[in-house]
Amino acid sequence: MTPLLIAQLGLTLVVFVGLLHSAAAMVWVERKVAAMLQQRLGPTRVGPKGLLQPFADVIKLMFKEELRPKAADVILFALAPVISATCAFAAFAVVPFGGNTTLFGLLPEGIRLQVADVNVAALVIFAIASMSVYGIVLAGWSSNSKYSLIGGLRSSAQMISYELSYGMALVSVLLIGNSMSLTDIVNGQAGAWFGVIPKWFVFLQPLGFLIYMTAGIAETNRAPFDFPEAEQELVAGYHTEYSSMSFAMFFLAEYVNMVTVSAVATDLFLGGWHGPFLPASFGWIWFLLKVGALLFFYVWMRWTLPRYRYDQLMKFGWKVLLPASVLNLIATAAGVLYFGG
Amino acid sequence: MTLFYMFAAVAVLASLLVIAQRNPIYSVLLLIASFGALSGLYVLLEAPFVAVTQIIVYAGAIMVLFLFVVMLLNAPHEDTEYDEKVHPLRRPGPMRFGAALAGALVVELVWALTRSGAEAGGFQAAAVSSVRAIGRSLFTDYAFPFEVTSVLILVAMVGAVVLARRESGPSVPPGA
Amino acid sequence: MPTLAHYLVLSAVLFSIGTAGVFVRRNLITILLSVEIMLNAVNLSFVAFGRALGSANGQIIVFFVMTVAAAEAAVGLAIVIGLFRHRESLNPDTFTSLKW
Repeated sequence: MTPLLIAQLGLTLVVFVGLLHSAAAMVWVERKVAAMLQQRLGPTRVGPKGLLQPFADVIKLMFKEELRPKAADVILFALAPVISATCAFAAFAVVPFGGNTTLFGLLPEGIRLQVADVNVAALVIFAIASMSVYGIVLAGWSSNSKYSLIGGLRSSAQMISYELSYGMALVSVLLIGNSMSLTDIVNGQAGAWFGVIPKWFVFLQPLGFLIYMTAGIAETNRAPFDFPEAEQELVAGYHTEYSSMSFAMFFLAEYVNMVTVSAVATDLFLGGWHGPFLPASFGWIWFLLKVGALLFFYVWMRWTLPRYRYDQLMKFGWKVLLPASVLNLIATAAGVLYFGG
Repeated sequence: MTLFYMFAAVAVLASLLVIAQRNPIYSVLLLIASFGALSGLYVLLEAPFVAVTQIIVYAGAIMVLFLFVVMLLNAPHEDTEYDEKVHPLRRPGPMRFGAALAGALVVELVWALTRSGAEAGGFQAAAVSSVRAIGRSLFTDYAFPFEVTSVLILVAMVGAVVLARRESGPSVPPGA
Repeated sequence: MPTLAHYLVLSAVLFSIGTAGVFVRRNLITILLSVEIMLNAVNLSFVAFGRALGSANGQIIVFFVMTVAAAEAAVGLAIVIGLFRHRESLNPDTFTSLKW
């Protein structure tokens, strides 16, 4: 058990616990921000400023009865939330969130703040995103109920449609960053032009950033693309028949997916952990700030925009977003060729 | 070595269960598990690009297509009473012949592929695993097959839409 | 250390399982799944040979095989849907006459 191994295991534990806590924090943030946007107070009773509200929610969910429809397929019904939650956490395993750090000199050499350094990291994230479709479609099918089935099929059709634009926006960044490893892409965004404007890829790829965030919101089934799970439309879509901890797993998977999409967007477009004033080993503070800003944007979108109807959603994905992402890719390739890469 | 046997065992077991399962949805899910094991084997063969592409294309897209079709057709069980009661090797005629033929095939293939004598140790040559090298080769030496493949996918997409379309008369205009 | 023979034997076993599935099963979708197993077995032997010979050609051909398999699965499933609409059955034995 060398110190490096202990540090790696500790890092894995920190990432896992951090994701769980971030999902809990998102519950509170969502309710407070929604309240601010709707000019009311939100949770105030449980703990100071309602900060313990997520814990109250989790305890309530744990004490609920675990129901299962009689005609539901037992194995698939139990497997679906597991697949959703697992894919949500697994995608974060290749996301770097800090530069080399030696933990204040305790380690002989620095470890990078990334659980697994794979040199095709961008593709791995895409692969795990395509696997998370199964959690939803199996949940919809195995519940053996009309609302669940329609919600599950619609939701998975939406996810696989927006995956294409997601992938194209990702490929545009790979062209500029000249590598598939997320660490290399982030390190390509260090420094600043004229000392003032940071060399983030969002300034080189504004359309790509918009496409990526839009496709990411559609991938995580958040408003305004949350038709398949909206209460007014389909009861609760694919997780209608789930209760207690299975429902909590879907809930958790959705929030962790949001965090992952924001974290990957930060790495690809917003410069990752690079920022002024702080040394490289404290870059994770900048990373958290940027991810927090994107998550606030997510919540803001949900409570501001009306939701798309399903056919409008699919039309938008195929007829607007996909051509836009292809044009963006062609323009990026032309730019890289012209300016010498 | 243990990793190889682990992945190989999962792949073989999952494939056997695919063809033995009654419920097509379980077959599709077991095939996804088999693809995952094959992806692990590709990583062992130092081909990370192929491994990730396998998950993205096969397990993430083609199998979703299969799952959608199984759900659309709502086909939980296909077999008659006869199929469920009699084991494949005791069914008459073509099926028994087919099952025995598959057994002969595996014996013959294993014999043919191990004839040259197993070299001790791992692979001698260096691995080409960088995506850059693959991409360069793909777009220069294999540029023509690449373009033909894109046309093939377009044709398949149009064909699938046309073949699966419902035969319907003139549709009712909206608002009528 | 797994040698080339190990991978080839595994590929042979998987190919035979796929072949057995095509012969024995009486469900069109399971037959298509068995064809996918066969294609994957062939992919594995391509990558193994590519690794043994130290060239990238194995992986490139796998790329093309995957694409062709995707196209074939799409068209095959569309045909299955069309057949199901006519006879309400996925058993190949019901499609034994040449006219609808």
